[in-house]
Amino acid sequence: MWVKALILFNIFFIALWQTSELQKSISRGASVYEEFCVQCHKADGKGMKGNYPPLAGSDYLRDKRVESIKGVKYGQKGEIIVNGVKYNSIMAPMGLSNQEVADVMNYIMNSWGNKSDKIVTPEEVSKIEK
Amino acid sequence: MKGYLLMLLVFPQIFFCSKKDTTIMLPEIQEVDLELVVDSVDIPWGMEFLPDGSMIYTEKEGMVYQVKEGKKQLLGTVPDVYYRGQGGLLDVKLHPDFQNNQKIYFSLSKNSPDGEGGNTAIVSAIFDGKELKDFNTIYQASPGSTKGYHFGSRIVFDDQGYIYFTIGDRGDHDQNPQDIKRDGGKVYRIHDDGRIPSDNPFADMEGAKTAIWSYGHRNQQGMAVHPDTREIWTNEHGPKGGDELNIIKKGANYGWPVITYGINYNGTIITDLKEKEGMEQPVYYWIPSIGPSGMCFVSSPKYPEWKGNILIGSLSFSYLERLIMDGTKVVKREKLFENIGRVRNVVQAPDGYIYVSVESKGIFKMMPK
Repeated sequence: MWVKALILFNIFFIALWQTSELQKSISRGASVYEEFCVQCHKADGKGMKGNYPPLAGSDYLRDKRVESIKGVKYGQKGEIIVNGVKYNSIMAPMGLSNQEVADVMNYIMNSWGNKSDKIVTPEEVSKIEK
Repeated sequence: MKGYLLMLLVFPQIFFCSKKDTTIMLPEIQEVDLELVVDSVDIPWGMEFLPDGSMIYTEKEGMVYQVKEGKKQLLGTVPDVYYRGQGGLLDVKLHPDFQNNQKIYFSLSKNSPDGEGGNTAIVSAIFDGKELKDFNTIYQASPGSTKGYHFGSRIVFDDQGYIYFTIGDRGDHDQNPQDIKRDGGKVYRIHDDGRIPSDNPFADMEGAKTAIWSYGHRNQQGMAVHPDTREIWTNEHGPKGGDELNIIKKGANYGWPVITYGINYNGTIITDLKEKEGMEQPVYYWIPSIGPSGMCFVSSPKYPEWKGNILIGSLSFSYLERLIMDGTKVVKREKLFENIGRVRNVVQAPDGYIYVSVESKGIFKMMPK
């Protein structure tokens, strides 16, 4: 009985720890966003239709985790389709550290109504190749 | 009737709050065609023209290319480029006496020599027709910062041979632009070897950055000498709303962030003031922001209809803006090449043609019809 309680207790704390890690990462990510992204993708994450794709409610960001991380890490070039609209601009590589990429990913995946419980970690970012 | 009155009250507000740019027109007739002269360039930042008619351009990642008889060749990479955010290899300018001294100048964000981060620097080099060599840093702003935005930077020479260049506020508008003892948020003026002219406005002030020519700027990525008055004009990225066109005067304060026509990206207010005694007003300001980069005055006989106009790239709205001027007054604005892409630079070459560089597309020559 007490073993079961201990396990439950542990699960509870791991979950709590993860949530707070995610929260910390999101809040660091907000400053990265303010510095590198806001000019084009805008404070409301809606971008500019036809020029800069939206992040708020973006099917691309929701469904293409690896491609999204790759875009933030190495820059984005070539045609992509976001919510049915074609975009063919360029996002220059920004020179962010793996930690900053993870933080800003967590921020954009959990803002403006977007939601993702699976935290992006610097380790995950480091494994993504060009 | 009541409803009608309400509409009258509400309508102008909707009009002014909307982000749509209502004072710019599409051209009635397209007076020029674009001819692609360099393709597949990611970020073509600076453009310059050699006496032999070939073109040199910089790519933000650090490379310098020459385009000669339609062929593009890598000349070299400028060392120590701090590549982060808006930073990288930026502008390029030939020395006015290049024919004799082979000197060429670059503005870039450079790794800080004393620690973390980077800041804007001016580097000279020799181009002997084959390779770039003898890189020499003639100005390095300090301190280094890991902030990824507002580096500037454009370079021009005036008729006396002084170099003017811009450095953005480096993301620290509370400290840098209004403090002449700090770098950032300034226009600078130096000799071609980096020495500080003794008649600079703050040359005698203790502790001042004596290279400063004007201050209170945010981030200037367009600069050109007026073909008749010989004054230096710049364009400047404002915050949300409030991009500016300015004429640069010795020792003047352009007010950022004490006065501005813009607000923060998140909608919060930076300052209630739009003007203040002792601070310059812009010649023109843009609401909404166009994200201005690059600038040239049209003086070439190849475009007679456009004589005296100003051309400015719009990064945000992906077009080239044509300003029809009456002296220092903007009379009419026109949107050229709508949806072409992020226009980074526009230059009138010695051959009289105007060249436009567009991110992820390349460099275009404007052919009059």
